[in-house]
This record gives sequence, structure tokens and C-alpha cells, in this order.
Amino acid sequence: MTEHTYLEALNLAMHEEFARDPGVVVFGEDVGGDKGGVFGATKGLAAAFGDQRVFNSPLGESGIAGLAIGLGLMGHHAIAEFQFADYILPAVNQIMSEAARMRYRTAGDWTAPIVFRTPYGGGVHGGFYHSQTTDKVFAGQPGLRIVTPSTVYDAKGLLKAAIRSEDPVLFYEHKRLYRSLKADIPDEDYVVPLDKAQVLQQGDDITVMAYGTMLQHALNAAKALQAEDISTEVVDLRTLYPLDQETILAAAKKTGKVLLISEDTKEASIINNVAAIIAEQALFDLDAPVQQLAGPLAPGMSYALEDEFLVSAEQVQAAMRELAQF
Amino acid sequence: MKTLAASKLGKDDLIATYRLIKLGRRLDERLWQLNRIGKVAFHISGQGSEVAQAAMIKAFNTKRDYFLPYYRDMTAAMGWGVTAEQIMAGSLGKAADPSSHGRQMPNHYGSVAHRIVSFGSTVTTQYLLATGVAYAALLDHKDYVTLVTTGEGSTAQGDFHEALNIASIKKLPVVFAIENNGYAISTPNREEFAVKQLAERGKAYNMPAEAVDGHDFTATYQAFAKAVSRAEKGKGPTLIEVMVDRLTGHSSDDNQNVYRSKEEMAALKENDNVPLFEKQLSEEKILTPAEIANIDAEIKEMVNQATQAAEKLPAPAAETLLDHVYA
Repeated sequence: MTEHTYLEALNLAMHEEFARDPGVVVFGEDVGGDKGGVFGATKGLAAAFGDQRVFNSPLGESGIAGLAIGLGLMGHHAIAEFQFADYILPAVNQIMSEAARMRYRTAGDWTAPIVFRTPYGGGVHGGFYHSQTTDKVFAGQPGLRIVTPSTVYDAKGLLKAAIRSEDPVLFYEHKRLYRSLKADIPDEDYVVPLDKAQVLQQGDDITVMAYGTMLQHALNAAKALQAEDISTEVVDLRTLYPLDQETILAAAKKTGKVLLISEDTKEASIINNVAAIIAEQALFDLDAPVQQLAGPLAPGMSYALEDEFLVSAEQVQAAMRELAQF
Repeated sequence: MKTLAASKLGKDDLIATYRLIKLGRRLDERLWQLNRIGKVAFHISGQGSEVAQAAMIKAFNTKRDYFLPYYRDMTAAMGWGVTAEQIMAGSLGKAADPSSHGRQMPNHYGSVAHRIVSFGSTVTTQYLLATGVAYAALLDHKDYVTLVTTGEGSTAQGDFHEALNIASIKKLPVVFAIENNGYAISTPNREEFAVKQLAERGKAYNMPAEAVDGHDFTATYQAFAKAVSRAEKGKGPTLIEVMVDRLTGHSSDDNQNVYRSKEEMAALKENDNVPLFEKQLSEEKILTPAEIANIDAEIKEMVNQATQAAEKLPAPAAETLLDHVYA
């Protein structure tokens, strides 16, 4: 075991997969050379594996996606980095019309195994276009997988699994967690499944499901609420599409009181899909209406009022207490 | 027009090319018939570009190279190895359809066995996929060349620019073809772009580019042969704009009499690339008019057989609806 940050774990995953499979390549804006990405996720890869496998792309996201899909068609597992999740939008057509549909539309004759990596989320004073959580744009596109690690262990194991996957995977990395999250993780090779949520903490009174920084808030609040004799089941949703219905339903039924948290705006969000699954399949096991705590319905995250936009640790704790008391 | 002899292709090659051109025309006509009697839901025609497509693919090693076509490339796809029966299976939505096994609408040609990459309908995405296919040749030290085509309307998409930019930066072994038939559905060239020829855009990417008359078999073949040779030598991509005609409406759901004048349509018919090619064949004494008529009769029979055989093929089974969503 060695202590690493979330960012180092991602970097390690890529180093190990590059060494394991000579077909793996990575590219994106400022990904290559000595810089290794604006957050440093790909640092050291160009020096270790050469600039044919690790390179800067021109500043065009549709091109990044299309190049990766073409490589995927030829059996390469390409990692395409979008500098910010906000910037993925010009690539939506390539990702949805080509990557998501390639396997199905050819009945398996052609496939596009790609990892689309991208940093998402607020809390870094990124304003409108460096703070968004665009995962919901892609949810409901069968053929695609959307995953996001919220622990250091998963950052490494989930990325390795995504690189090895034969499906196109959107890999969302919370930029606030890059350096703030640190943990001991195994030095040996391991992977994390791309279709399983995980119960991070067992509890009996309420169930909280979240991902990213909201999950950190939930874990902290669960610890604090132990003093008030509130026992919390905490679920890391982790695989945002397709969702792991089995784990979600089991955790919902266990306590009968569910709080879903997202830093994204509330409408048409990932947690809406979780709420729908619970409403449809676990209604009679519930003891309270499903609660959703999410961002306000504003078109962007205000630079100056970021703290007012983001769901706070205090709000999370209050919502959990209120649900326990329902 | 250059002579067919100037192509330096042998007589057998030219006759095989003629058979392909004629098959392209006769099969296309059959698909219109099947559409009008309700057996095929949709058809997009390549009539008016058969000679250009046959000349284009003749420059490639179709046993080695990769092809990313667009929806008018039926003749080119058959030149790359797809059979008339397979095309028919696609239009009839049969499980044996090599492009999508009955999942996509007709004319989205593809075949993994022939290294023809699947095509979607959101035009020009294939230009970027081609950069990835071509980059894989560099990574894997393979000697294949990648051909990608599109209509001229699609050059308005951002993917066109991004693909040419990436290919030129990375010196990719790829040939970009534009089949300019004058119209994007009903929108004429003058409302699609402000340059005189789209080939002028090559300059913007430091990429060799030329426009050729697609009715001129030899000129078209030579332009593509030069591009393939550049790609093989590691000299990078080429852009070729092939001037062709669209003798039919955009698709079986379009009537071009609404937006094209009678005079324009008459001139198109006068300039039909297939009879022009036949005229060259007989003038250069490659085939006699009687031999041409015999080949046509054989081709018609081939189309009949392909139609009958494809009609007997099974449709995809209902229980396959959810197959191949994920690996």
C-alpha cells in the first residue's frame, strides 16, 4: 500500500495500462510533452511512452472524439481527454452518433472501445464553463457507459477497467478531488467493475446516495450524525449509466428513507433517474418520500456566488437529519 | 476528356470497370423500382457518379486499404468487394446485410470483411473517423491507405475542417474525397459555399488538393492514384473534389423537378456519365456496341438474380433487438 492522491492514482492507472497494452494511446489538449495536461493527469506519459502514443491534439473536441473512435475501430484503446467536462459539448455528435451506436448499428461487426476522460464539477471558482457536471447529457444513451470515481482506490481501478473495456466509457473525474483526496491504495494490479455502485458505509436509519464532492459531504455528515444516534447507509453511485439498480434498490429498501444528492442542477439529472428506479420498484418499502438535494435551476455556476450555488456540507447534514426524523 | 488508354490500365481492367459502372446503374434503377412498389422503404441514388466512383476505387488496393464511404457510394462499395446481393440485402433490411444486419436504413454501406467502415447519417463524422483509422496505420506500422468520401454539402460541417487539420498536422496516409454533385438536397453550390471550387480549401491546411471532372475516368483515376502514392510514401493526405452529377432527386422522398429547371435536367441527361463512358469504350475499340449490349444483358440478369436471392433471405429475428448494446 502506498499513499496517493486521486490525481496520482489516475496517472498511475494510465502508466500501468500503457505498459500492459502497447495499443493504448492518450491525447487531448495539452496532454502531451512535459506539461501532461492542465491538471497534470498525463504527466510523465510522453517521456515514458513516446509522443506517438501520447500527444497534444489541436483545440477541437469533435476532432478529439472522432480520432479516438477511428482508433477504436482499428482495435486501439484510445484515451481521449477533454480538458473540462464543459468542453465536451462540441464532441456530443461524435460520442452519441458514432461511439455509442457503432457496436449496435453493425450488430457487433465494428466496435469503438474508448475512454473519454474529463474533469467535472465545481468548487474551484471555475465560473460557468469550468464547473459543470455534463454527465447527464449522455445518460440514457444505451451503448455508452458513464462512470466516476469518488475514492482514490476507484480512481485507479475504475480507470484501468475503463481502458480495458470494449465499450465506450465516459470517465468523469471530479477536479476538486484531484488533490484534496488522499488514501493508501494497493500497489498491485486491480480493477473496479464498470457496472456496480458501492456501499461505502452500512447503516439502518437513512440511505444517502451521491458521487463526487457530494459524497464526501455525505460521509462527513454520516460520521457527525452518529453522535445523534442516526445510522446512515452511504452509497457511492459510481456507475452513473447504466445505473446499478440492484445495489440502489437494496440500499433504498434497507432503510426506507432515501436522500439523493447531486451538485448538478436538479432537473433531468442523474439522481432523477435513481429516484425513478426507486419510485417504480421500491415504493412500498419506503417510509418517506425520496428526497433530492441538488443545485439550483440556474444556467451556470456564478463565479462570485459559487458557495451559494453549491450544495454545502451543512445543507447535506441538515437534510439527512430531517429525513431521519421524518 | 482524356482517353481511357491514357489511364494505362489494361483492356481487362477497363472492361471490369465498365461492368462495375453498369452494375451500379442497373442496381440503382432496380432499387428505385423496389421503392416505388413498396418493397424498399427508401433509396438514395448514386446515378451520375458511377464513373467517378469506379475511377476513384481503381486507384486503391481494395484488398489492403480501408474505405469510409457515404450514402451515394454504392458503385464504389461494390468495387471494394461488396456484392449486389449484399447491397440488396441491406435495402431489404435482411439479417445478412453486411453494413448493419438490417439495423440501419438503406445506403449506409459498410462491411467489416471488406474493411469498409460503418457509416452513420449525421454527415461528415466519417471524415474524423478516417483520421483515427489512418493514425492506426502509423501506430501499427501498417501500409494501408484510408479513403473517405462525402458529398459537397457536408463540407460545411466543422468535422470537415477538424479532420483536414488533424490529418495534415499528423501527415496521415488518408485520401479525402468530395463528390460534388451540385446540390445538398435542394440547396445549390452557390448557397453552400463561397469558394469557386472546394479543392481550394486544401491550401488552408497545406494539403495538396485538386478538382477533377468525374465524367473523365482517366483524369479521376490519375488524381486518386497520385494521392494514394503520396500516402504510401508517407507524404500525407490529399483532398480531391470530384465533379459529378445527380441525375435523380436527393432520395426516393425528393422530387428535384421542384427546384431544378427543365433545361438543367435535359443538360444533365445529355451529360450522363454512363453513356459517355460507353462511347469512349467503343471509340477506343475496347468494346464493340454489340459487346456492350451483351454485358448490359448479363448485368440485368445479375441484378435479377441478386434481387431474387436477397428477397429470400431472412429478416433479423425479433429476439435480436437487444443484442450488441454492450460488449
